[in-house]
Parts: sequence; structure tokens; C-alpha cells
Amino acid sequence: MALFKRTPVAPLEYTRKTWMRGWVGATMFFLYAPLLILMIFSFNDSKRNVVWKGFTLKYYEKAMNNDSLVEAMVNSLTIAGLATVFSLVLGALAAVMLWRFRFPFKGAVEGTMSLPIIVPEICLGVAFLIFFAKISWPTDLPWPLNLSAITIAHITFCFPFVAMVVRSRLESFNKEEEEAAKDLGASEWQTFRDILLPHMKPGLIAGALLAFTLSLDDFVITFFTSGPDTITFPVKVYSMVRFSVTPEVNAASTILIILTIVLTAVALKLQGVKAIAESH
Amino acid sequence: MSDQQPIIQIRNVSKRFGKVTAVDNVNLDIMAGEFFVLLGPSGCGKTTLLRMIAGFELPTDGQIIIDGVDVSDVPPNKRPVNMVFQSYAVFPHMSVADNVAYGLKIRGVGRGEREERVREALELVKLGGFEDRMPDQMSGGQRQRVALARSLVMRPKVLLLDEPLSALDAKLRAQMQFELSDLQDQVGITFVTVTHDQDEALSMASRIAVINKGEVAQLAGPSDLYEFPANRFVADFVGSVNIFEGKLTLDEPDKAAVDCPGLGMVYLNHGVTGPHGADVWVALRPEKIYLHVPGEGKAVRAAAKDAPEGHNFARGVIKGMSYLGDITLFEIKLDSGEMIRVSRPNLSRHDQEDFTWDDRVSMHWRADSPVVLLS
Repeated sequence: MALFKRTPVAPLEYTRKTWMRGWVGATMFFLYAPLLILMIFSFNDSKRNVVWKGFTLKYYEKAMNNDSLVEAMVNSLTIAGLATVFSLVLGALAAVMLWRFRFPFKGAVEGTMSLPIIVPEICLGVAFLIFFAKISWPTDLPWPLNLSAITIAHITFCFPFVAMVVRSRLESFNKEEEEAAKDLGASEWQTFRDILLPHMKPGLIAGALLAFTLSLDDFVITFFTSGPDTITFPVKVYSMVRFSVTPEVNAASTILIILTIVLTAVALKLQGVKAIAESH
Repeated sequence: MSDQQPIIQIRNVSKRFGKVTAVDNVNLDIMAGEFFVLLGPSGCGKTTLLRMIAGFELPTDGQIIIDGVDVSDVPPNKRPVNMVFQSYAVFPHMSVADNVAYGLKIRGVGRGEREERVREALELVKLGGFEDRMPDQMSGGQRQRVALARSLVMRPKVLLLDEPLSALDAKLRAQMQFELSDLQDQVGITFVTVTHDQDEALSMASRIAVINKGEVAQLAGPSDLYEFPANRFVADFVGSVNIFEGKLTLDEPDKAAVDCPGLGMVYLNHGVTGPHGADVWVALRPEKIYLHVPGEGKAVRAAAKDAPEGHNFARGVIKGMSYLGDITLFEIKLDSGEMIRVSRPNLSRHDQEDFTWDDRVSMHWRADSPVVLLS
């Protein structure tokens, strides 16, 4: 009797339940199918992006030769890089401050700091637009200073994420380790460098990844803070798509996707996936 | 206590956290080479006192002098003491060898000497060969040894241990008690340990300070603490005890008597130098009371002959029993209505059959067993 041969599904064996497998399958499909299609059609030998006409690399060539697209890409990467570095330092310092010290209005400081996470991006964008206009922030500076307004805006909404991730990592720190280091003769700085920083590292890497991707694909705030002559990749793609979705856009996007995957892989390799997962 | 110069002098030290007084005007001298234990219930201030010696808390009042130097305001990284933390605080991202070498590296000890001393320290705590292990690959007991080695390698004048055995299971704890005592003998460093566990304190310490509500309730060696407690708190906290209120009716250099309404007439073969007629308390340990089947009057009288007739003798009914293997504990309701605890060693395999619930029993104790407490 086949009915009795079947080993029963234990309560926690979710992977053996059909509905669960179906659910995971559907999630994966809707998550990755659009990306795969985008990547596949970047090799499509057709002006329009609906029917497969044959394999070609010419749109990669075209994208590479499109100066304004390359400029947008370089701008985006520069902004993301700068925003990541500054957010990392600011976020880590903020996290340590909130974790370590008690001071008046701590709750208020904490709340205001996480405001950029909550406030709708469109509001932030408009606010930045008005702010930079009001203080007459110069827009006609040479590269890369012409990106300063966007970069500042990006740092503002990225560093609270870093602070949040690092803070949650700090919660699991055993303060006796810090005391042990001092007990063994370490100064305040040596203790930070040798004990606290290594503990924060997975949080810092996770926070950096978060900041980098948030900055790289931000459209709304960038749109409002970019000057007349500065353009970033998402904004450029948007303007290209307004005319038609050519495989050129696909090709540029594919390059960006691969770039992010490689960067993430490097970051994960640096620390190990487990430690980053533990930081949350 | 070969050296007469105290290695640690605690002078009128108080510590207040806001309105709470954690440590209240404590004076202690800890001698070089001692195994000193601070014993007390949780929240009594013993850990605060230890942390003040380490430098993690600064005293509100008073001075802490280590090896003749006033260190009251010296930060922890500049004090000649090292601490083993309750959580061990082994650095999780460093190998065992790196953990132990950390303090030496900070101090600027050269690589060659460092490796030699790390190896020695690990041998000392029986962790030779574990150099490259990471802490998460080790058991709690092994991590504690790493913490010990990490402190000992610094060759401190004093090693402070905060509840060193509380996180270990019972068997391992018993083993570590001996090992810590051995280790202390070997290295000759002064150990100061904090614990709430009286067994731990009695088995390891050369001297014990019992702390209650931030004050030293008694300072004595283990057996003195147990046999001659200074007050009711110590008698009750260290070991198990029966305490009865009474009036001092006789007090001469070689004898004393207390009339306890709950227990009867208690006779002692030494004086107590208390005010005559004063309210006092008699403390009587459960293992110092002999149990008899009533009717064995002759045996009782023979056993109790070091006291006058009618003294050091009581009757009651067994209301509770717990068989613990080596001993049996009895809860006995005295004729006065009060309860008394008596323990009895199971000297033969059938001893536990001698008494059972609701049996009437007689008890007696020797004239040197009760302790008269004035507070």
C-alpha cells in the first residue's frame, strides 16, 4: 500500500510541502523572471524589444559608445561610492553614540535620525530642491564637484540605514569584552580598533551594501537634486525609456546588474554570508 | 599570609549609584598570596567592590591601595590587576593564542617572549595544543580556561574573578574549584573571587568576607565562618541553620545558658560575654543535632552528659523528610510548636528506615555546638 510507504511530513519540514514549494517557486519566478528577460533581450537583434530576432552584441557596443549614458553611469557609481563611504562613517558613529551613551533628548535624536527612512522620497526630493535653491548651492562646478548636491542628498537618506544595521549589530556585543580589553591594558582607541570594530564589521559591510544599492538606483531624490548638466544612470534610463525601450537600455542595465552582483559577491566573500546574516 | 604587607587595602570605600548605596564604608586588607573570597547574596555589593578594585567603577568615597599605591583614580588599563569576567569575555574573532597574547601585544612584549609566555600560560590551564582554535569551537569550561590564561599571562599582582564557576555544570564546577586552588598555589598570585555560592567559598578560600547590604558582615577563614558565625545573617547565609530567640540567663567564663522558649534550655561550655538577661539568638546547625527514638532515655542522657540535666534536649514529631543519599534531612515540629531542621548521615544502607513521618523523636546536642549570637 503506497499510502503507508510514504514517510510523513514532519511539522518543520516545510521544503517537503507542495504548497510551500509552489509558493517559493512563484516568488522566485516573479522576482527573477523580469530580470532574466531584461538580460536576454539585451542580446536581441531588433530595434523593438518584444520579439526575439537573433543574437547580437551591437547594443552593448552602442551603449558603450553612448557618451551621455557612460557619463551617467560613471556619475552614478561616483555618487554611490562617495555616499557609501560617508554614510558608513556617519552611520557607524551615530550607531556607537546611540548605543554607548546616555544623553538628554536621546529619543528625539534617534527619531529625527531615522526620519529620512520614513519620510516619502518625493517629499525629501522636493525639500532638497527647495533647500539647495534657497542657499544658492552652485550647480556649475567642474566634475565631480557638480555631483555634490546629489551626493549630500544621498548621504542624508543612506546613513540612517547604516546606523540602523550597525546599531542592531551592536546590541549583541558583550560589554565585558570591552572591559576585558581595557583590563589587559588597552586604551580607549585600542579597544575600539581591536574589539568593537571587528564585532561591527558584518554590520558595516551589510550597511555599506545597503547604502551603495540605495544610492545607485535612487531616482526620485536624484531627479530633484541633479543640476541641469548632471545626470545619473536611473535618470538617464528614464529619459531614454520615454522615447522607446531599446535593447541599449537593456544592455546598460545588464552591465549594472552584473556590476552590483560582483560587488555584493566580493563583500560577502570578505566577511562570509553567515556573519552578515547574524548581524540582523 | 606569609607576607605581612597587604597587597590590597580598601579604606573607607563607599559607592553610591544615585540614592542607592551599593558599598557602604568598607575596610578590608587583602594579603599577598591569599585566596580571598567576597561572599554574599546577589545585589549585596560584592561585584561592585570587585569592579572598584579592577577600576571599572570609581569609589564615591575612600581609597583603594594596591601594592602601596593609591589607585583610586587610576583607569583599569593602568592597574596591576587582571580580571576573569563572569561571561569570560573571550574575544570571539581571535584565536586562543591571539586572545592570550592580546595583553602582551598591547604592552609591547616582543614576539619571541610573547609566544613563549602564551605557550606557558596555556600549559598552565591545561590548554596546550589549543592555540589555533577559535572560541566558538570550545566549551564553556575551555573558554573559561582561555580567560584565565589571558589574565595569568600578564603576571598580575592580583587576579580578580567574578563568579568564575557560576556558568559551569555541577561536576565541572567541583573540578574547577580544586583546579583554581591548585593554580593559585602554583602561581602564587593573590586571587580575589566574588561568589554567591557558599560551597565554592568554603572550599577555595583562605579567607572570606561575607558582604550584606554593602557592608562586611564578617571576615574570617572558612571553618571559623561556619562554626563561629558573628551574627544571624552570616549563620543563615553560610550553610543551613536553626535559629531560636532566647534570653541569656547564665554567662560565666567557662559556661553560659540561654532560655529559648522555642527550643528549651540551651547550655554552652564557654562564656559569651553578653549582657546578662539580654535578648540573644541561638544558632544550631542541623548536622550537630543527634536524633533518638524516644524511650532510649539512657542513651540520650549518656550522650548529653556534658550539660546539666534538662539542658540541650528537645522532643518533637517528624513532619518532613528528604532522603538525599548521603544524608537524610528531617523537618521536626518541636513540642513548643516551632520547626527545627536536623540532618542525619546515612551511615549504613538501612539507616533511612529508622525514622518515618509522624514518629516522635528526641534530640540532643553537645554543649559546644550551639552558637550564641548577639545580633
